[in-house]
Amino acid sequence: MSAAPDRSGLPLLSVRDLHVTYPSRSGPVPAVRGVDIDLAVGETLGLAGESGCGKSTLAGALLRLLPRGTEVSGQVLFDGEDVLTMRPGRLRAVRWTDMAIVFQGALHTLNPVQRVGRQIGEAIRLHSPRTSGSAVSSRVGELLELVGLPARRARDYPHQLSGGQRQRVLIGLALACEPRLLIADEPTTALDVMVQAQVLRLLEDLQQRFGLAVVFITHDLSTLAAVCRRIAVMYAGLIVEEGPSQAVFEAPAHPYTRALAAAFPVIGDPAFRMNPSGVAGDPPDPRELPSGCPFHPRCPAVVKPCSSIKVQLWPAGPERGAACVHVPGSGVPV
Amino acid sequence: MSSVAVPSARRITWSRRRRAVAQAWAEYRRHAPGMIGLAILAAAVAMALAAPLLADPAGQHAVNTTANPAWANPSKFGPLGTDHLGRSIMTQFIWGARISLLVGLAATVLAMLIGSVVGIAAGFFGGWFEAVLMRLTEWFLVIPFLPLAIVLAAILGPSVENIILVIGITSWPFPARLIRAQVLTLKERLYVDRSRALGASNWHLMTRHVLPNVSGLIIANTTLTVPVAILSETTLSFLGLGDPSRASWGKMLQEGFAAGALTQQAWWYYAPPGVGIMLVVLAFTLCGQALEEVLDPRLRDQRA
Amino acid sequence: MTAAPLLEVRDVRVEFPGRAGVARAVDGVDLQMRAGEIVALVGESGCGKTTLARTIVGLQRPAAGEVLLNGAPLRYGRRALRAHRRAVQMVFQDPTGALNARQTLYEAVAEGVRIQGLPGDEEQLVAEALSRAGLRPPERFFARYPYEISGGQRQRVIIAGAMVLNPSLLVADEPVSSLDASVRGEILALMLRLVRETHVGILVVTHDLGLAWNVADRVAVMYLGRIVEQGTTEEMLTAPRHPYTRALLSVVPEIAHVEPQILTGEAPDPTRIPSGCRFHPRCPLVASGEAQRLGIEERCRGEDLGLAPVPDAPAGSDQVVACHAVAAATMAASP
Repeated sequence: MSAAPDRSGLPLLSVRDLHVTYPSRSGPVPAVRGVDIDLAVGETLGLAGESGCGKSTLAGALLRLLPRGTEVSGQVLFDGEDVLTMRPGRLRAVRWTDMAIVFQGALHTLNPVQRVGRQIGEAIRLHSPRTSGSAVSSRVGELLELVGLPARRARDYPHQLSGGQRQRVLIGLALACEPRLLIADEPTTALDVMVQAQVLRLLEDLQQRFGLAVVFITHDLSTLAAVCRRIAVMYAGLIVEEGPSQAVFEAPAHPYTRALAAAFPVIGDPAFRMNPSGVAGDPPDPRELPSGCPFHPRCPAVVKPCSSIKVQLWPAGPERGAACVHVPGSGVPV
Repeated sequence: MSSVAVPSARRITWSRRRRAVAQAWAEYRRHAPGMIGLAILAAAVAMALAAPLLADPAGQHAVNTTANPAWANPSKFGPLGTDHLGRSIMTQFIWGARISLLVGLAATVLAMLIGSVVGIAAGFFGGWFEAVLMRLTEWFLVIPFLPLAIVLAAILGPSVENIILVIGITSWPFPARLIRAQVLTLKERLYVDRSRALGASNWHLMTRHVLPNVSGLIIANTTLTVPVAILSETTLSFLGLGDPSRASWGKMLQEGFAAGALTQQAWWYYAPPGVGIMLVVLAFTLCGQALEEVLDPRLRDQRA
Repeated sequence: MTAAPLLEVRDVRVEFPGRAGVARAVDGVDLQMRAGEIVALVGESGCGKTTLARTIVGLQRPAAGEVLLNGAPLRYGRRALRAHRRAVQMVFQDPTGALNARQTLYEAVAEGVRIQGLPGDEEQLVAEALSRAGLRPPERFFARYPYEISGGQRQRVIIAGAMVLNPSLLVADEPVSSLDASVRGEILALMLRLVRETHVGILVVTHDLGLAWNVADRVAVMYLGRIVEQGTTEEMLTAPRHPYTRALLSVVPEIAHVEPQILTGEAPDPTRIPSGCRFHPRCPLVASGEAQRLGIEERCRGEDLGLAPVPDAPAGSDQVVACHAVAAATMAASP
């Protein structure tokens, strides 16, 4: 489990009312519709959600890596400074040295025609241009050893590495400038379960060693429960539930979280034998969002107010919130 | 979709296909250069088809034109003047369009047919079959076009049909290689596997799955091969290998050159065929580019 | 078991020649399945499970061994293969890639009907298949194209296309791994329903042990081209005997009460299969010295072995395991 976060003082990352809208031929597409997040120094937050929920857009927005023309509003406060209003020079300085991102290690995330050592070195050189060549090489070697690869692998091309090894390179790349916040966007999704476990353990070790704060984004709710302290569940651009990870996974308050948790059977529990449970329908297309609560067309517990009410995170227990009218804290009569 | 009277699935499919074609046409219309190319082509084809109505075919033969002044410029004998034998340039231009277009299109069809069959078969079957076909293709590619064409034309004799044959035989390797490359990637697609798992024969796979997905490439390639064929015909006619009894633009250029039109400064002799060739080639190229744009990104957008 | 099993795989070997040597993707596999049974073939990437699945469907020819359907060995002539495909169908991992984007959904399902020349009204067969796969009303889906429906619905179309032929065996290669988590249950529930309604047997190839727990009657674990352990789901996932199965189970996040045994490295590639027990370079028993203590380390490094029954399994169990440690315990247990 992750180390206890430093709760004193301001949160390291504070996202306030973030909205992200993509332009498209058929009109604006809202991908993120008002998200608040707080992350303390050294804390791990899991962000769970499926396709179309906006989690990858959110990750991109934190580093302002979204395509030109995307409308972003709200605040992303890193150590008190708003990333969204930073000047380009300051933003470049913050990127990678304070906040870094790890993507899925697919072959196209790394440049296939450059050796991996050179790609890591590029990150170092971008931020400390006067570093000597030998200093860069030794730092690259250091980083590779840090993530469990022998230093001589710096001379390999991405296709010569296995999936797990590529993922480690990406992690090493992200740590090149000693950031304080690591955003991991589906880092283990395409990997085998054993390799996944290796990479997760590596992330855990690094997080403890360097006191990294981590935002871990994935659709695999069970992994988050084991790795993160807190979880936020996203659906259709909104956070629909958040709270301590074990509690959210074992006793979800929102029907969507319940459905998502049920998709990860607990082995050994007879209740899951021959009893696959899913939710009818599909995650909504951001271009055609339902009115009211975005989950109501698929919700097994839908009631009349659901199709018109504007949902928000109502209190659902200690340090927990859920955007569902059934939560006692909602104050909505059902 | 209400189910008042559900039309049969086949009718639905066909109406979808008609709509897809209509959409493609609407998309094409938005492409200005493509429309210009299409207009030029339409005019050229119309002129070629209407040749009997526009000009007397007998005017191609010198013996019927002895009454005309030779080397008359357009102001003296219209609309395009006469050549060294008194033949009307206009007549030759109109009738020549027929040959140029016919040879261009027919030779291209021949080349694409051979190229497609070879490309698809080689790509699909692989193994020694592919190796043999590809060596054959490379052999044809390596041999320079002109000497081969000259030798073939000399052997087969000068006639329009033989020109078509010669150009077709020398042009098929280019599309064959492109198509084979595309087929190589297509046959690895999962839906080909699925079809095979359903029990499909090789013929079914090739015609139902591979062919429709290379058809875009074939079409685009066809429109870009026609100009090449027309120019090849021009070259061969210019070298005297064309049909001596029929006018073609290449032949006009050859005869003009031989008769000394340049020294005579009889620009009305070589300008019309030259401009005609240039316009038709340009038109096909523009259409080809427009088609490529219409077929490809639409597919990408649709499948998003 | 008196009647011939629905599916029998006998010592099948599949090899792929390559630059680095011959890759023995499937290296001697025996497997049996009964009608109406769901078997999960579990393993990580590179273990050969997909190759084995394709061999069973007939898309891949084995270098040795036989695939028998209802006792009759699979022959590879055109007619024999086509008949085999009436009875054995496949569901693919990537439903988007498995559908030709230029075909309507109707054509995708009707394709099998036409190829196999099934008697009856084609439109009715297609409508029934789509309906049974949960796409209702089926007519609404006839004229649609794959890009117009969701991932889960595409998988249903693939399942419909397979079930329209009324197969006795369905081989599902990672049927839900590319779908959204909340949608997976629906497809799995569909598969269970199909088994109940048509008594079809399903071989599910997956890396997800949770899925096996959810829907499988039996589980077989593959490593580097061999099945290393087999048994009922309950036996395999609550009391596994093979060190590899145990390690896999221990790292599943939902299992919090077991200390995770994270194996080092990744599985070696099939061109360089280790001597002796192919798992020995990564086996925790060897690494921790336990194997030496039990006196079997030499055998682990040098002696290849096959599946053998588990010593203290309850009566009637047919759990089998390929492990020297278990074999040694068996020897010690027997008088």
